[in-house]
Amino acid sequence: MAVLATLDPRSRAASRGWSDLTIRNAFIFPTIIFLIVFNIFPLVYSLGLSFTEFRASLNKPPEFIGLQNYRELLSDPGIWENFTITAQYVIISVGGQMIVGFGLALLLNRSFPLKGLVTTLLLLPMMLSPAVVGLFWKLLYDPSWGPINYALGIGKFEWLSHPTNALFATALTDIWMWAPFVMLLALAGLSAVPQHLYEAAEIDRAGSWFTFTRITLPLVSPLLMIALIFRTMEAFKTFDLPFVMSTASVETVAIRLYQMAFQGWDTGLSSALAYIVLIVVLAITNVYVKYLNKAKER
Amino acid sequence: MLHRYLTGWVTAAGISLAAAMPASAQELTIFWAEWDPANYLQELVNEYTEETGVVVTVETTPWPDFQTKTFAELNARGDAYDMVVGDSQWLGAASTGGHYVDLTDFVTENGVDKTFVPATLQYYSLYDGKYWSIPAEGDANGWAYRKDWFEDPAEMAAFKEKYGYDLGVPQGFNQLIDIAEFFHRPDENRYGVALYTQTGYDAMAMGVEQTIFTWGGDLGNYETGQVDGILNSPQNVEALEAYRKLYGFTPPNWTQAFFLENNQAFTEGLVAMAMNYFAFFPALANPAINPHAEATGYFANPPGPNGHHHAALGGQGISVVEYSQNKEEAFKFLEWFIREDVQWRWAELGGYTCHAAVLSSPEFIAATPYNQAFADSMEIVKDFWAVPVFADMLFQMNDRLHPYITTGEGTAQEALDALVGDWNKTLGN
Repeated sequence: MAVLATLDPRSRAASRGWSDLTIRNAFIFPTIIFLIVFNIFPLVYSLGLSFTEFRASLNKPPEFIGLQNYRELLSDPGIWENFTITAQYVIISVGGQMIVGFGLALLLNRSFPLKGLVTTLLLLPMMLSPAVVGLFWKLLYDPSWGPINYALGIGKFEWLSHPTNALFATALTDIWMWAPFVMLLALAGLSAVPQHLYEAAEIDRAGSWFTFTRITLPLVSPLLMIALIFRTMEAFKTFDLPFVMSTASVETVAIRLYQMAFQGWDTGLSSALAYIVLIVVLAITNVYVKYLNKAKER
Repeated sequence: MLHRYLTGWVTAAGISLAAAMPASAQELTIFWAEWDPANYLQELVNEYTEETGVVVTVETTPWPDFQTKTFAELNARGDAYDMVVGDSQWLGAASTGGHYVDLTDFVTENGVDKTFVPATLQYYSLYDGKYWSIPAEGDANGWAYRKDWFEDPAEMAAFKEKYGYDLGVPQGFNQLIDIAEFFHRPDENRYGVALYTQTGYDAMAMGVEQTIFTWGGDLGNYETGQVDGILNSPQNVEALEAYRKLYGFTPPNWTQAFFLENNQAFTEGLVAMAMNYFAFFPALANPAINPHAEATGYFANPPGPNGHHHAALGGQGISVVEYSQNKEEAFKFLEWFIREDVQWRWAELGGYTCHAAVLSSPEFIAATPYNQAFADSMEIVKDFWAVPVFADMLFQMNDRLHPYITTGEGTAQEALDALVGDWNKTLGN
């Protein structure tokens, strides 16, 4: 009865005699069941499959082979090349997003006419579908009729043909699309910096570089670190842009994984690769989180 | 109150049961890729519906998704499709996996082995000594060319002066390379040839294997699984070098081109010749799509330097899905589909029949400007491996050969030697 007393006596739940605990469980259990069925079970099941020789397309049960799939993958130079391409993509793309995003945030962190409209327009790219962005930029990069070559006056430069060029071109598109995300978080951080710190710095005749490195950057860094974590995780798993724009020229780990799992139907081996990717992403994220905690402590 | 709850539950149970019930035997679903022949097949099966009352639906999905979606359904033992018009390379995986119904008795009892072109039965249907499908859409890799460029007196004279023989439909693959080189004029926005280079699935592999077969080479011994000494043979090295040379005469940004890009290059007047499957040539013969339709000619892949004459197989066979609830009805449909009059109708609608009598008839040959080349090609087709691990082999081929072809990385010998290593591992040699 004590629990019931916390309910609004006029509510339907109260009239049916539901306790707070019942209502809480009614919300929590479906979520837990959903998570177990769609997240935990596939995770555990695929972990099991990663230790087996198994092709979903064949009528044969999985055969336990221990760590052989992991050994095979880690000794395959092709997989290491995929990881190298992915790492290059992450460095160029996320690095570019951080610089452009933070730069835009600094520009927007002041009053000027139509600031709201400009901010909204800058946020548009990240609201678009990656497949649409990929197709759109593929046209922009076209050596025959693409406006980029025309504007830069570089003739028929082939952006997406050579693997190295394609890597840069795809990363550039990713920067265009996701720099606004970094900008948004950085802007939130910048607007939270207490104004009196800048006033104090001004009284002390601190230079703009000193103010930026000693006040702005330290106070915004936790939010920048969060942006870095999210963008690194996403960029590491990137599939859509390279798949749409350059098919196999930029063969990231995610693209190799897709080919292995859904075109080659090598289920056991692809499960092992998925776990290697998961471990790498977790390791990178852990390093970032440690830095994030340090930044917060400052 | 109880009555209301009960009514609700009974209704819900009824809806669930109705949804779970197998489709009526008066309905059949055929799964295929999204392209014109699938539309022609839908028109054809509408006539079956008129005849029998059985509603047949041709369900499609875009090409890049076709293999993934088909095998996802088959691996799940799903009964969404009664029949699949599947690629020839799938035979090993689909039959070994138990997804296709064995059609050996059907083929022999209905004389399909006597009425259809033997090469098409061999590649579209036969795996491990059994038949698993009926040749449905015959296809091969051919060539389209600009007749107006080839017949221009000034061009003809210049060509003769440079190469010492007359400009015309190439009589050999080396002539094809000469012609591509001759017309390759980037400054005039004119290029020699449009080739397959895409590595998303089997596009580049089909273009390369055709050249290899033409040089008298092979992709291995399909019976024993041996690849060493065959795949990296001197003639295969020469063939790969020829493909790389030909790639030098493609339009810019040609590293991921397939049927769409090749036809587009042709309709935009960019290239003198374009490699493509015959299934995509109706678009080139259509003036509404191709402004140069009247000036477009077609030819079968020319023979190689040693006289070997081959074309890469395209097309698909129709198979009955093991998990279909309507197998009996599917067999009745196939009995109808293999009839000569139906195969005639199939050809009239735009489908590429593999029925020997239809294929060799003068009416069929004269029906379109490309049917002669198609009929010639179907006599010389050869195909990729059809083993269960074919997809792994395709991607390994893409990984090893694409960098050499498009960027000149390494040598043809190195690329093929590396591929031998990959394939030996994949085939368990």
